[in-house]
Amino acid sequence: MAESQDTSFLLKGRMLTLMVFELHNPNIVQLAMKLREHMAQAPNLFKNSPVVLDLTPLQDGLKVVDFPALVSLLDNHGLTVVGVAGGNEQQRAAAAKARLALFAESTGRGTGEPAKKEPPAAAPEAEAPAPEAKPEPEPVKDMVVRQTVRAGQQVYARGGDLIVEATVNEGAEVVADGDIHVYGPLRGRAMAGARGRGDARIWCQNLDAELVSINGIYRTRDDIDPALLGKPAVIEVLNDKMTIRALG
Amino acid sequence: MTKILVVTSGKGGVGKTTTSASIATGLAQRGNKVAVIDFDVGLRNLDLIMGVERRVVYDFVNVINGEANLHQALIKDKRVDGLFVLAASQTKDKDALTEEGVKKVFDELTADGFDYVICDSPAGIEKGAQLAMHFADEAIVVSNPEVSSVRDSDRMLGLLASKSHRAIHGMEPIRQHLLVTRYSPVRAEAGEMMSVEDMLEILAVPLLGVIPESHAVLNASNAGQPVIMDKASDAGQAYEDAVARLLGEERPLRFMTAEKKGLFGRLFGK
Repeated sequence: MAESQDTSFLLKGRMLTLMVFELHNPNIVQLAMKLREHMAQAPNLFKNSPVVLDLTPLQDGLKVVDFPALVSLLDNHGLTVVGVAGGNEQQRAAAAKARLALFAESTGRGTGEPAKKEPPAAAPEAEAPAPEAKPEPEPVKDMVVRQTVRAGQQVYARGGDLIVEATVNEGAEVVADGDIHVYGPLRGRAMAGARGRGDARIWCQNLDAELVSINGIYRTRDDIDPALLGKPAVIEVLNDKMTIRALG
Repeated sequence: MTKILVVTSGKGGVGKTTTSASIATGLAQRGNKVAVIDFDVGLRNLDLIMGVERRVVYDFVNVINGEANLHQALIKDKRVDGLFVLAASQTKDKDALTEEGVKKVFDELTADGFDYVICDSPAGIEKGAQLAMHFADEAIVVSNPEVSSVRDSDRMLGLLASKSHRAIHGMEPIRQHLLVTRYSPVRAEAGEMMSVEDMLEILAVPLLGVIPESHAVLNASNAGQPVIMDKASDAGQAYEDAVARLLGEERPLRFMTAEKKGLFGRLFGK
């Protein structure tokens, strides 16, 4: 890790997980409609999320991408475009003109190799965001949900805790990068520490969940001690093992 | 002001069409001008329940496609004043419905001074169901006292709150009601069915009514007469109560407790 001596800033090479927005159709109007549909399902899924636009699906065609329009459209939906990956020369030039960072590689296994004239020996996607567009460290914001979370709905508190004041019904899913608190009955699925926080916890007033998960370690309802069902409980992971204990 | 009311459920066979027919009839009987529209394109049923199946010339899709005007397609009920039926097409597929087309029909009904438009939604959460609820001001979610039906209703309530016109445009939310149908007090007491309390606890919307499981419903369907017109029947009276509550009246719940078996029943009981 290379650190500058100057104390006014530090340069660090860090691996960041970024969401990839694979663009299949650059038509802004159609995209806007699709996004709206998508967001209607899970309105808070993307809150100030940095994304990389993957142009790989478009690079063989002659499609022109209107980057300024695309960036503002995605921005309206809580997606901050930090750069592009893949794409042909014209597309990448247009992206650069729109002040987007150019990532070296296409993000997925993709089709064939993407544009080659890149800053040499760039480690794919890991360090690239640093130079131009800083993926601003989003302030950690907790999310409070007051209404019943219903079957088929998903609520995701990105980067923070999720507090649900009502019921999480069967078939609903509540997800947080931090902790989850549920003050009504928890009957659906709850996943805390979704992006790798093993010390995340789930508190609930009435444990009746279909599934609880912390950092990928999970337990389904059948595996929850029946004596704990219907009771206030805290769910945590200790020594890589999920423990559920009654509260109060 | 025209009120658009969708009758929906997610799950099929719970009583959406029966409910649409009875609520529409009940509202018209109270002096409202009402159109009831079958959104189940390809599987039309409402015309049968309303007893107008032999008078269908043009349908909803014809109007949307401009092949007929609304007045040609609206079938006037012969029993109740101010009640009109717009049948679904049986030959077209559900892609024939479009948001613009539906809006056009609603605009015309509004201009015509209709008080209520009742949209009988198809089962499922596909396009037909989404269009049926899209422009709704109020929604009646029909649910049977049974877990899968309740879960599907929950899903519908979620969609109403997120995918409807009102939700997308940040308007005042759709007013939602729960209508429990096919309720059998005996089976609920025996624990074979969910209780209304359990359903309300999960779905968390105001209760519009509880329609008891009743032979009258089947008889009414066969006769092509909305069950609300069978004033002597328990189901008919329960729908009458639901219509009253929809209009803001307070009515106590009826038909909620199992009838005590009399001596005769005890002697010859099942």
